[in-house]
Amino acid sequence: MHVPPSMHESDTGKRIAVIGAGPAGLTVAGEMRRRGHAVTIFELLHVAGGVLMYGIPEFRLPKAIVQREIGALCEMGVNIEVNMVIGRTHTVQELLDGDYDAVFIGTGAGLPRFLGVPGESLNGVFSANEFLTRINLMKAYLFPEYDTPIKVGERVVTVGGGNVAMDSSRTALRLGARESVIVYRRSEAELPARGEEVHHAKEEGIQFQLLTNPIEFIGENGNLKAIRCIKMELGELDDSGRRRPVPIEGTEFEIEATTVVIAVGNGPHPLIPQTTPHLDLNRWGSIVADPETGLTSIRSVYAGGDIVTGAATVIEAMGAGKRAAQAMHAFLT
Amino acid sequence: MYKILKKRTLGPSIREYVVEAPDVAQVGKAGEFIVLRLHERGERIPLTIVECDPETGGVTLVVQEVGKSTREMGDHFHEGDSILDFAGPLGTASEIENYGTVICIGGGLGIAPLYPIARDLKKVGNEVIGIIGARNKELMFYEDRMDAVCDELIVMSDDGSHGTKGFVSDPLKEILESGRAIARVWAIGPAIMMKVCVEVTRPFEVPTTVSLNSIMIDGTGMCGGCRVEVDGVAKFACVDGPEFDGHQVDFDLLMSRQGYYHEEETCSMDKYVAKHAEGVER
Repeated sequence: MHVPPSMHESDTGKRIAVIGAGPAGLTVAGEMRRRGHAVTIFELLHVAGGVLMYGIPEFRLPKAIVQREIGALCEMGVNIEVNMVIGRTHTVQELLDGDYDAVFIGTGAGLPRFLGVPGESLNGVFSANEFLTRINLMKAYLFPEYDTPIKVGERVVTVGGGNVAMDSSRTALRLGARESVIVYRRSEAELPARGEEVHHAKEEGIQFQLLTNPIEFIGENGNLKAIRCIKMELGELDDSGRRRPVPIEGTEFEIEATTVVIAVGNGPHPLIPQTTPHLDLNRWGSIVADPETGLTSIRSVYAGGDIVTGAATVIEAMGAGKRAAQAMHAFLT
Repeated sequence: MYKILKKRTLGPSIREYVVEAPDVAQVGKAGEFIVLRLHERGERIPLTIVECDPETGGVTLVVQEVGKSTREMGDHFHEGDSILDFAGPLGTASEIENYGTVICIGGGLGIAPLYPIARDLKKVGNEVIGIIGARNKELMFYEDRMDAVCDELIVMSDDGSHGTKGFVSDPLKEILESGRAIARVWAIGPAIMMKVCVEVTRPFEVPTTVSLNSIMIDGTGMCGGCRVEVDGVAKFACVDGPEFDGHQVDFDLLMSRQGYYHEEETCSMDKYVAKHAEGVER
């Protein structure tokens, strides 16, 4: 594994490879560079920023701010290699066998979850990842000036109650949907989104169809037409300490929709876990890492952010990056 | 930036590019694909790898100009020019083993991704029967390359202007009916062609691999736009494929999903053509 020609000199003689240019990886890169190590970030997409670029919409986080922060890292001497698919183009082992003294894995929770109900592959059913990536990263809102299209239609239904669901439903309004509805299986009190996000969504006229769960997507000529839902009620406490939603028999009904966005969470991005032998994973496929240091089951390989915790927040990922940088620095010096 | 080392025209609107991407060229295998983006406003285009040359760092691709982006690539991206983004290899490589006698079928542009599979199957000792087809003589390409790696090569055209008149599924059926022992079939081409081929092989219970080109964005498992149903289960063509057991694939769903953006594609193309109506090198 060669060192990129633009690689900045290391003051300490140590070289760090960071996989994934999202919140965790960018934090590690900055912290390690500040401590004098040479740092290269490998990003599989064509721009750095991770979820800050493809996930969080412009109206919540202007992309110019993200790029300014990344520009500041580059000025510090952090080297960023985009289009570099670690796990495929090169492996973690190749980085270690090559010129890198330590590796940080911050590849996030990129694998979209679906509901597993009939009709989910109809045209018009999107994962929140696809919907938001088309719009935020590929700028489909500027189609045909930009080449990537998106279809929104009159009535968008977002399934889920987290921050990503709020982002998706509010984005749909901005792309011209007349109605944007959130369908969530528990009640308002259990919405996992931050209170502020729910507040903004309501202010903008997002409708909330609570205690409701989709059971089937109904199509016409391959395109989505309606969602068959069932009413839910809250039962016993479940593992998460919240009351479990239980379907109420005989309450099925249909909601018309031109587009559905499934925002029920993401699993760990599988590329690194699948291509890195001896890397311990938990039963959800997330990387097992020490909560204090980020150290994984492989010596000199650290991990942090959503790839370890499962989908969480940008702030938590940055915190994990800070802690891992501290531990990596201590290990290397 | 990724430089175009070579470009040549293989037929009307069909071009072969060799793009300098040394990291990909080191490791890319038959069956895998890359994603490229031409310029800042471009879309991410998945293209199956035809050939990788670790010496020169060149990755060979064949592109048919079917939409605005591929047309733009043909019109404006020449030898010596650079492509903005190029990432790979992505997807799962073809399962190359010595099966015995295999049939490799390529229809239209599908001949391009089929070629390295036939080549590698031959290399490990298979007896390779190639069947390639195109609408007409002009659209046929890689006949020489396929001929060099196949023990037998059958050439078909829809209109009879080259080779035998008919579809690639016709000789496939004849061979299977002749009772010849065929261990495995690869069929790559338009969805409808693959659908017909798997129906031909199904009664003979010959394992048939197809390569699915569904619409995708990132190509690494993040968007789920490329999901296809295989044996009733949703799979991602980008990471679980692009090759699948053809007998389990829901081709009607694939075709429906491939056509979802038809309107937008037409709009994009019309706008491009209007802008470049004159003075465009074809």
